[in-house]
Amino acid sequence: MSTVAQADPAAPAGSAHPLEQRRPLGDRGFQILALASGLLVLVILVLIAVSTTQQASSWFSTEGWKIFTNNWNPPANQFGALAFIYGTAVTAIIALIMAVPVSVGIALLLTEVVPYRWSRPIVYVIDLLAVVPSVVWGLWGILVFAPWIQHIYAHIANVVNGVWVLGPLFGPPTSGASFFTAGIILAFMITPIVTSLSREVIATVPAIDKEGAYALGATRLEMIRGAVWPHSQGGIVGAVLLGLGRAMGETIAVALVIGSSAVITSHLFAPGYNMPAVIANEFGEASGEFRAALMGLGVLLFVFTIIVNIIARGIVERSARRKRGA
Amino acid sequence: MAVIAEPRQIDLREPKGWRRTSNRIATVLMVTSFILVIIPLGFVLFTVIAKGASVISWSFLTGQPIPPNVLPAGVGGMWPAVLGTIEITALAAVIAVPLGILGAVYLNEYGGRGPLGALIGFMSDVMTGVPSIVMGLFIFSIWVLHFGYSGLAGALALGCLMLPVVIRSSYEMLRLVPNSLREGSYALGATKSRVTVTVVLPAAIGGIVSGALLAVARAAGETAPLLFTILTVTYANPNVFSGPNTSLPSQIFSNATQPYTGAQARGWGAALTLIAICFILMIAARIVTARFTRYSR
Repeated sequence: MSTVAQADPAAPAGSAHPLEQRRPLGDRGFQILALASGLLVLVILVLIAVSTTQQASSWFSTEGWKIFTNNWNPPANQFGALAFIYGTAVTAIIALIMAVPVSVGIALLLTEVVPYRWSRPIVYVIDLLAVVPSVVWGLWGILVFAPWIQHIYAHIANVVNGVWVLGPLFGPPTSGASFFTAGIILAFMITPIVTSLSREVIATVPAIDKEGAYALGATRLEMIRGAVWPHSQGGIVGAVLLGLGRAMGETIAVALVIGSSAVITSHLFAPGYNMPAVIANEFGEASGEFRAALMGLGVLLFVFTIIVNIIARGIVERSARRKRGA
Repeated sequence: MAVIAEPRQIDLREPKGWRRTSNRIATVLMVTSFILVIIPLGFVLFTVIAKGASVISWSFLTGQPIPPNVLPAGVGGMWPAVLGTIEITALAAVIAVPLGILGAVYLNEYGGRGPLGALIGFMSDVMTGVPSIVMGLFIFSIWVLHFGYSGLAGALALGCLMLPVVIRSSYEMLRLVPNSLREGSYALGATKSRVTVTVVLPAAIGGIVSGALLAVARAAGETAPLLFTILTVTYANPNVFSGPNTSLPSQIFSNATQPYTGAQARGWGAALTLIAICFILMIAARIVTARFTRYSR
């Protein structure tokens, strides 16, 4: 028998080739284009790490571990950056302490209390908060908010001066532009993201769990504690960490209201400094070793926020997957 | 669980005592937390509108150059900053939105289930957390050091910030497109690229455009990535591809630290203009969502 006779007469010409090979060039081109756009994300992240580290290499190599000392004196070519790392941590923690309870409260209000037709306007208002640009918060913070809250700081400082623990934290010296003002402004700015993520997490709690709790006679608070909280705990931790990442990297508003003073002090009402703010304020005039040091602060900031974000996204994703599986 | 030994009347009335009180306290706390957010937002908007409205006029928006800080409000105008914001943000959108949509197409239509797709999706979420100031430093070291300050450099920095946001929002919209649409097109013999471009993307276009508009609104208000990429000049620079430029956020930032009332007034005027641009983009996104969204959760 010849091979020709064995061929299936119903098959169209060229069917011996797998479908893949018959794909038109344009189709392949589009796939490659899409893949390239996806890969661009990875390329940019790697480029950020490589290019900024390269620019900062002289700071890392000349100072070594001394970059983590509290010794910032650009005219004397001394660039120990501990004060900025401290300031970043302090302002971010103040922001989280204020923003997290409020955000979780609003998320619970939206998901468990108000009816649907009221929850949409509330979401709009929270979104509005997210659209107000950072620099407008800063402008308002330094020209309106700081002069106003200065008097409150001074009053509190007078009362707690000399008191154990409270004195060193809230005692004098006080200033309108301070760690605490920066923390408050940051709290406003991270509330929308923490709220919307917490809301997403809480919305995945199965209705049957909630109804079960109500059927047992639980009040709303008891239902939240017994049915909502165990389910959404992990996801809310992730949302809080994402808020932390935002608070650490937020620049312009903080640069305007933090007071620009590179010191490590327990006094929260005193002027301070943090990493993004010092880069924004000083980089324009810096050159040589100074510029390398500021670039290096950017590298540290990038590393810190990437670590926080990877952990946070990991937690959020894992808790979302567990929900879907359950 | 306790076993009820003898049948008795079930009490269906509201719980009494501490249980009722604690429940009420919790509700009040939730409402309070919302009020705590409204108050500062209201104050900011009120201040910006009150202080900005007295400065804004046609000549403020279209006049130039931006006068020196010591001059009183009413001299010169903000046109250089308005023009800079519009051209830089538009260029950033032109760069980032198509790439973001293509990236989302890759994640949802091609490689999303594989390990590479999962990695890209995860890292694009992580990339939304990269601080804007770091993007500025990044573009400074790979672009400005070699090609100098320009609006394009600023647009690249803003584009890097927008890219992961556009990917995420477009991906969510593509996921909502029902598979039956894709299968129907394949059955007609269409190639994958044709299905994606002529069927899947048009079905999701409402959500994609609205997500992109929100990303543009966020980017228009960013200052940190522009500080070291476009500088802050006082004259209008219509050529976005070369020479230093300026923008509304940069102008607000430099005016906010000035002791002169004229400079501060110009800062408030610029802030009102910027907020108006951001809100218009946000409202446009809402309208697009309302009118053109076919599939939603």
